[in-house]
Amino acid sequence: MLYSDKVLDHFSNPRNVGELPDADGVGEVGSPACGDIMKMYIKVDRGVISDIRFKTFGCGAAVATSSMATELIKGKSIEDALKLTNKAVVEALEGLPPVKLHCSVLAEQAIKSAISDYYTRQGVDPSPIVGEIPDAEACHVH
Amino acid sequence: MKNTKFVYADNAATTRVSTEVLEAMLPWLGDGYGNPSSIYQKGREALQTLNRAREQVAAGIGAEADEIYFTGSGSESDNWAIKGVSQMMAAKGKKHIVTTAFEHHAVLHTAGALEKQGIAVTYLPVNGNGVVKVEDVAAALRDDTALVTTMYANNEIGTIQPIGEIGALCREKGVLFHTDAVQAIGNVEIDVKARRIDLLSLSGHKLHAPKGVGALYIRKGVPRFPNLIEGGGQERGRRAGTENVPAIVGLGRAMELATTGIAQRAARVSRMRDRLIAEILKLPCTRLNGDPKKRLPGNVNISFEGIEGESLLLMLDMNGVAASSGSACTSGSLDPSHVLLSIGLIHEVAHGSLRISLGGDNTEQDVDHILAVLPGIVEKLRDMSPLWDRIVAEGA
Repeated sequence: MLYSDKVLDHFSNPRNVGELPDADGVGEVGSPACGDIMKMYIKVDRGVISDIRFKTFGCGAAVATSSMATELIKGKSIEDALKLTNKAVVEALEGLPPVKLHCSVLAEQAIKSAISDYYTRQGVDPSPIVGEIPDAEACHVH
Repeated sequence: MKNTKFVYADNAATTRVSTEVLEAMLPWLGDGYGNPSSIYQKGREALQTLNRAREQVAAGIGAEADEIYFTGSGSESDNWAIKGVSQMMAAKGKKHIVTTAFEHHAVLHTAGALEKQGIAVTYLPVNGNGVVKVEDVAAALRDDTALVTTMYANNEIGTIQPIGEIGALCREKGVLFHTDAVQAIGNVEIDVKARRIDLLSLSGHKLHAPKGVGALYIRKGVPRFPNLIEGGGQERGRRAGTENVPAIVGLGRAMELATTGIAQRAARVSRMRDRLIAEILKLPCTRLNGDPKKRLPGNVNISFEGIEGESLLLMLDMNGVAASSGSACTSGSLDPSHVLLSIGLIHEVAHGSLRISLGGDNTEQDVDHILAVLPGIVEKLRDMSPLWDRIVAEGA
């Protein structure tokens, strides 16, 4: 299984790793049993994601997609951030092995989860804005 | 790469072809291209060297030369033995096989395929230490048991099974006994007669021979069971296909080398193994998987809570270390290693496992290097991990 140089770069030098203690929204998706957890922290300033951090428990693709996703939405408006698809993350990484594509889906979900949390904290119902975030990947763990 | 030192610590996956083996093989990749079935001189020379290799393999496990059949791999040997014996015995109304939950997939999936054909299979559990209990084997035997197949040593956690006792039990009960000894050869002394083994699989590339060659030992006295591969009559009509002379020559020489000086080599390698284990276990929230003593001399399998195996391997690779893991990502499925699950690890701990398998080529400097780079890698991954944050918070 081959990772692109871009993926390996984002894996070994991940951007935006860490936490934001005064985050405006925090989203966590995945599960330990699945071997994949992504946690995203966002700071929102007048509708723009002014800062973002992530922590990930997962494989090379999981770390790289988290890192790339944060890079892609940092400084963007919430509307634009919500438009981010896992396809865009994969393209930005110059491709992922087919068996690793599900990691990019998790990244998209983590962002939605953080934005959803932001709205909830504002007292706004996130579902019409963010939509449904399906349960963590089809991982058949009990 | 941060530095140029390369440490190959994945000998359980495959091994380097040794210089002596390569030298033994080369003439047979050159002028020695004859087909051993051919009547002319070139063919006879190939046949003679084939016979010599057969004797070398036999001697390595205490068998007779005509009890050795060359195959293309350990997996093929496993498939042939299990399918063949099962087919033969099913015709006599014996449609039950006993095996363990942590066999290599070559055994497990073969058993699974037989289940689809109506064969009943008992998958024995293993204890938390990764060793199958002889009492469990005994309890599983039925009047219609055709075969017991248990691996000699586990490939992931290196635990060594009570093969002699299982062999004796099976001999007493009149049940055929097969063992996948792919990981054990060269690491422990094996005497098929003393251990009452009826069938044994072995693989070349785990013992410094090339890939693409293996063997099946079939004790004289085991009734003739169907072939896996039909055709031109090679291997006394039991395994067709023009013999891979160069690889078989390599296997013969490798067996000779592997089964010489086992005690000495095992002592040296296990010292390195134990140093690695002791030092790595000093890191917080780590555990050794599998019995520390009943263990292959080179096998280290440790779980690191809070991090994931593939990431660990990628970082080790960037630091010049080649190793393996039982995480789902590395097994290519959504479940982590069935072996780690069979000894009772929960998924998240199994995902964070690292397997280092040392061999005769490894040195104390290799161990030093692994120990120099590993803690920093674990720390970096834990710093990035929300699961580690949870573990720390819960432990506080």
